[in-house]
Amino acid sequence: MTKHMKDLGGATRRDILVGSAVAGTGLVVGYSVLPHLTGGAREALAAGNFEPSLFLTMEPSGIATVHITKTEMGQHVGTALAQAVAEELEIDWNDVRIDYPDSHEKWGLMITGGSWSVNWTFDRNSRIGAAARMALVEAGANMLGVPASECSAANSTVTHTGTGQSTTYSEIISGGPIDRTFSEDEMKAIELKKFGEYKLVGTSVPALDIPAKIDGTARYGIDVFVPNMAYGRIVTWPTRWGAMPNSVDDSAASGIDGYIGTEIIEDPTGVQRGYAIVLAETIWAAEKAAAAVSVDWDLGPNANVSTADILGYAKKATADGEGFAWVIDGDTDAGMSNAATVVEAEYETSLGYHGMMEPMNCVAMEQDGVWHLFTACQWSTRCTAMTAEALGVEPANVVHHQQYAGTGFGRRLEPDAMIPAALAAKAAGRPVKLVFTREQDVMFDFHQSLTYQTVKGGVNVAGDLDTMVHTVCSAWATKRQAPGFLAESVDKKGKIDPFSTNGSDHWYNVPNQYVRSIENIVGQSATPPGQLRAVAPTWTMWAVESFLDEAAHAVGRDPLEFRTSLLKAVGKNVGTPPNTVGGSERLRNALLVAAGRAGYGVKPLPANTGQGIASVTSQERGSPTWTACVAEVHVDPESGEPTVRKLSVAMDVGTAVNPDGVLAQIQGSAIYGTSRVLYENITMKDGSIEQSNFDTWTPMRINQAPEIDVSIIQNGHYPAGTGEPVVTVVGPAIANAIQAAVGARVRSWPITAEKVKAAMQEA
Amino acid sequence: MAVLNINGVSHVVDAPGDTKLLWVIREGLRLTGTKFGCGIGLCGACTVHLNGEAVRSCQLQLSDAEGATITTIEGLDPKGQHPVQKAWLELQIPQCGYCQSGQMMNAAAFLESNSSPSDAEILDAMQGNICRCSTYARIKQGVRRAAQMMQEA
Repeated sequence: MTKHMKDLGGATRRDILVGSAVAGTGLVVGYSVLPHLTGGAREALAAGNFEPSLFLTMEPSGIATVHITKTEMGQHVGTALAQAVAEELEIDWNDVRIDYPDSHEKWGLMITGGSWSVNWTFDRNSRIGAAARMALVEAGANMLGVPASECSAANSTVTHTGTGQSTTYSEIISGGPIDRTFSEDEMKAIELKKFGEYKLVGTSVPALDIPAKIDGTARYGIDVFVPNMAYGRIVTWPTRWGAMPNSVDDSAASGIDGYIGTEIIEDPTGVQRGYAIVLAETIWAAEKAAAAVSVDWDLGPNANVSTADILGYAKKATADGEGFAWVIDGDTDAGMSNAATVVEAEYETSLGYHGMMEPMNCVAMEQDGVWHLFTACQWSTRCTAMTAEALGVEPANVVHHQQYAGTGFGRRLEPDAMIPAALAAKAAGRPVKLVFTREQDVMFDFHQSLTYQTVKGGVNVAGDLDTMVHTVCSAWATKRQAPGFLAESVDKKGKIDPFSTNGSDHWYNVPNQYVRSIENIVGQSATPPGQLRAVAPTWTMWAVESFLDEAAHAVGRDPLEFRTSLLKAVGKNVGTPPNTVGGSERLRNALLVAAGRAGYGVKPLPANTGQGIASVTSQERGSPTWTACVAEVHVDPESGEPTVRKLSVAMDVGTAVNPDGVLAQIQGSAIYGTSRVLYENITMKDGSIEQSNFDTWTPMRINQAPEIDVSIIQNGHYPAGTGEPVVTVVGPAIANAIQAAVGARVRSWPITAEKVKAAMQEA
Repeated sequence: MAVLNINGVSHVVDAPGDTKLLWVIREGLRLTGTKFGCGIGLCGACTVHLNGEAVRSCQLQLSDAEGATITTIEGLDPKGQHPVQKAWLELQIPQCGYCQSGQMMNAAAFLESNSSPSDAEILDAMQGNICRCSTYARIKQGVRRAAQMMQEA
């Protein structure tokens, strides 16, 4: 896998071309294929030295299509990214379209996740829009016979300030020629609009993907059909990972109308060891045949593993001092020995299931030596490379055709439907459509790791938390997905997974801090870990924010005041532009907004009801979205049943490109996080996942959803990711509220009535 | 051979009588607005109308549906302008959108039986439809808004 992943940094920096190969045929904006141009854009275009329409294509009609290389999985990402382009392009929004191009190395790294999309792309897309506008203004001025410096653009029209003469983008592109090259330095020097000057950014234009999702025409991966395709269905493995079919007896399936056969196929990538795949002419024949065939399995190495074994390993490895350092600040030994109060606790999170509504699927087809994969995918670069490896072909000969995703949450970073679909198509000699059953989607998820953490803190005589020692043990998704992304530990003793440890390097001023990251090797093999929405901060923030509350209570301080006292933007928490400018005081402000909106400490609450507060900087220390939440929770004193009544969320997003889109993300992620903490559990027995469908894995439904109050804070700083942080803040806020309500502290997920009841009896 | 009446059109279907109605609709006839979610009737993504009633098409067989009038999201309104669809657009409800055909079909049938529901009735009626993007707050508003539009019409 790694050999295909060396160029992960995005498209190479090259000149930007704005031009039309032949006058009047349209305008394209993209990179030159040559490092530096000697001639103009037109010459390069005519010579074919142009990656056509890399970012933006404009037709003579004036319609602009912004090409979105991100996965649309509910975040309306294409709308926000097109808004950034259109703002600087000064185009009428009604003239803007988006599309989702096929995978190709010219796009650089194709990945969607980490709340990176808007955060990474806003500046680039703004500059692309501005460059196209400048070229259009120059060409328009030329047509009008006036200096470009005296012209301006608005609403798809270039106007001469002095005379009021004007020409439309459509007329300019139809008239041509346009021939403009921007060097990298020129691109960098373009002066972009500032917060307060925007016309389109900051407005809630309707999402461009929604109309097709209302009349049933939106096409998802599962909706793809190609001529002559067969249906493939994987025979469910007896263990999560490591089973291999020895032989198959399909005599009971042979009479099923449309049954073709069952193939046993090895998987050289190790995503699975191998497959027994039933092939049939229809999905119902495939379904019946998969239930009828009998497979003799080699169960593999994990047939005896249970959840208790994974947790047991975590505790032992932590106690044995395994793992390497992620943070070493100050002197924790001295801090602990000087502490007036020492607080110590262990926190656990359970295995998690992504739970996408659209199960994993893929249609695979070979044509003239090129493999075509039709599905929604969050990481085309990796998944096409791994499918190529499975097929034994060059990565350039595998093309991913992007579809709408029936959500992703990180699940579609994985190639585990593409690979068996492609291998089955190769074996069958015809296209294959392969769809996971819900049971397969639950059991063969790349689950969110089970985690075990310990936190020990020292509070000094002044009542301030000045020392924290934190261990984080989990399976390491990065080690499986992209080992090149493992990071050197700060003690230089080995590699650790930053994406399993992020968030423990928090923004509170704790001068003596030590964090150790530990791989859970039992979980790594038995429950191959994936990235799940919000990634490591889901668990690290759970520990940090639960712990801060416990420490505050231990020294008799209010949890809000205890936090804000640690959020002075000094030292390493001062922040730097663009992402962290303002530093930890932005987090303090978010806390105060959430507290104020919730009536923290002043609102009269019924009996057995409490408010808990938490704040997070998900996802990475370098790209935080400053987020706070007050949860109001009622606990039934008899059963211990917690009911989340209200979540008051405040998020400093810097700049909200599309405020209604941000609101939708916050509303959704608040419920997603609450569901995860209260209702969602995955357990392993005998190497297999015990839950299988929505009868045994029971996410939150509409009648269980709490009221959500959202405050979006905008201060003009760079746009931050908004789809994930709230997932991480609600868990600790709920646990802290339960303590406020009934004095019970729950330190593991899911937070069930039984655990609350048990903690009430301890309290 | 079976004949199915879907969205006012008769379709001749060549499939065994015990084939799930869902597979006939979306894989056989390629009316893909109706989605597969769980296969056990617990998520609502496959909701269609059978003689005007919201049903889980993964829980019905082809033979159950012969002679019935079936409506899918594609046929809810000839122009996609059913009040529920208009409310869903106005309030920008879908995120990934995968469950929303089922949500809208369920809401439309519910509003036929209860034209001015209380919030509690809405939550009760919609609890069989899972949305993992968790658009629940807006779905509740959307049902309310559609009810209002239907009363104004």
